[in-house]
Amino acid sequence: MERTKESGKENGTVFAVEEQLKVLFLGGLEGNSKAYHAFLDKLSGHLRAYLRRRIFHSLDDVEDIIQEILLAVHNGRHTYRADQPLTAWVYAIARYKLTDFFRARSRREALNDPLDDDLQLFASSDVEPADAKRDVGKLLDQLPDRQRLPILHVKLQGLSVVETARLTGLSESAVKVGVHRGVKALAALIRGVA
Amino acid sequence: MKTESLISLLSTGVEPVDRHALTKRFGLAMLAGACGSTILMAVVYGVRPDIGQMWTTPLFWAKVAFPLSLAAISLVVTARLSRPGSVVGAAGTALALPFLAVWLAALVLLWSASPDTRVSLIIGVTWRTCVFNIALLSLPSFISVFWAIKGLAPTQLRVAGAAGGLLAGSTATVAYCLHCPEMAVSFWAVWYFLGMLIPTAVGALLGPRVLQW
Repeated sequence: MERTKESGKENGTVFAVEEQLKVLFLGGLEGNSKAYHAFLDKLSGHLRAYLRRRIFHSLDDVEDIIQEILLAVHNGRHTYRADQPLTAWVYAIARYKLTDFFRARSRREALNDPLDDDLQLFASSDVEPADAKRDVGKLLDQLPDRQRLPILHVKLQGLSVVETARLTGLSESAVKVGVHRGVKALAALIRGVA
Repeated sequence: MKTESLISLLSTGVEPVDRHALTKRFGLAMLAGACGSTILMAVVYGVRPDIGQMWTTPLFWAKVAFPLSLAAISLVVTARLSRPGSVVGAAGTALALPFLAVWLAALVLLWSASPDTRVSLIIGVTWRTCVFNIALLSLPSFISVFWAIKGLAPTQLRVAGAAGGLLAGSTATVAYCLHCPEMAVSFWAVWYFLGMLIPTAVGALLGPRVLQW
């Protein structure tokens, strides 16, 4: 680690961000939806700044990748261990999804500046999103009803699992499974169409 | 869909996460895999008839210790590789130790043996089948281990696949010890090693395709 004085201050804020994001994320893992929302929101800001600064000229590509990484973070959130630096965990997922993205589009040449600096991931934040090229909403329509309806009611309309079960005629556990598998299937669809 | 909407979608009504997901998943996978490989061994090859004496034979336990220690270490390595951003660390290096110990012991054995028995100490009587038997027995473990990894979040797919393959291979070899009549360390050093190498290589080949998420 050869980080010198000028980056010392930046690192200080990086660790503060790490702490703050970690508290929110751990709250999310316990089922606190507000904390989880705040976590994903802040995370997307950091990812946006990081990706825009380092890699991309095309802003809508950045937005696509951010969405992919957010989905991956969500689908892999059960693998996070509280004694592990959140930065390292998120960074590994982000790098994995980026590699995937470039492989899928065979645009490896854009990766000649590889992400080799995970500490910088939380160094700054950019909250102004561009439009995504890919429409996750449209992908959602491709899911089978047993996944689409639970996501529609629970995730988009904010109904409870019980209400959704009554509305769709599915059992409560089927609603939960539908949401869980549906979000995973979304990520898989993105991989397929990327 | 805007990123903001996606965030709302993901966070709305989010369920609490099981913090022991990884342990449970690997626990289940190892149980299923070990049972599967052992049953397959008993059905296809049969437990060696003198197994009753083996329980009190130190050499038998030395033989079991080789794949068993490999299985334990590769379980740690595979679990770490299933978790983004965690460091494999010393466990990766430790994987070499069981091999080194067995190879060293094999060299000592061969060196101290009379030259005309050396070949038979290496090839035993079952060298033709040993490697493929282990490969076949690793199938149930291979499937269950890959199921476990795939449900987590591996980010280095080829390495994770290889580690999972070695975990399956070493588990299968433990089961195979209950059948295999060979008692020379030089035999295990060559043929057990090659037998475990097959699922490891297959895991490395399949990893990038099968473990994607």
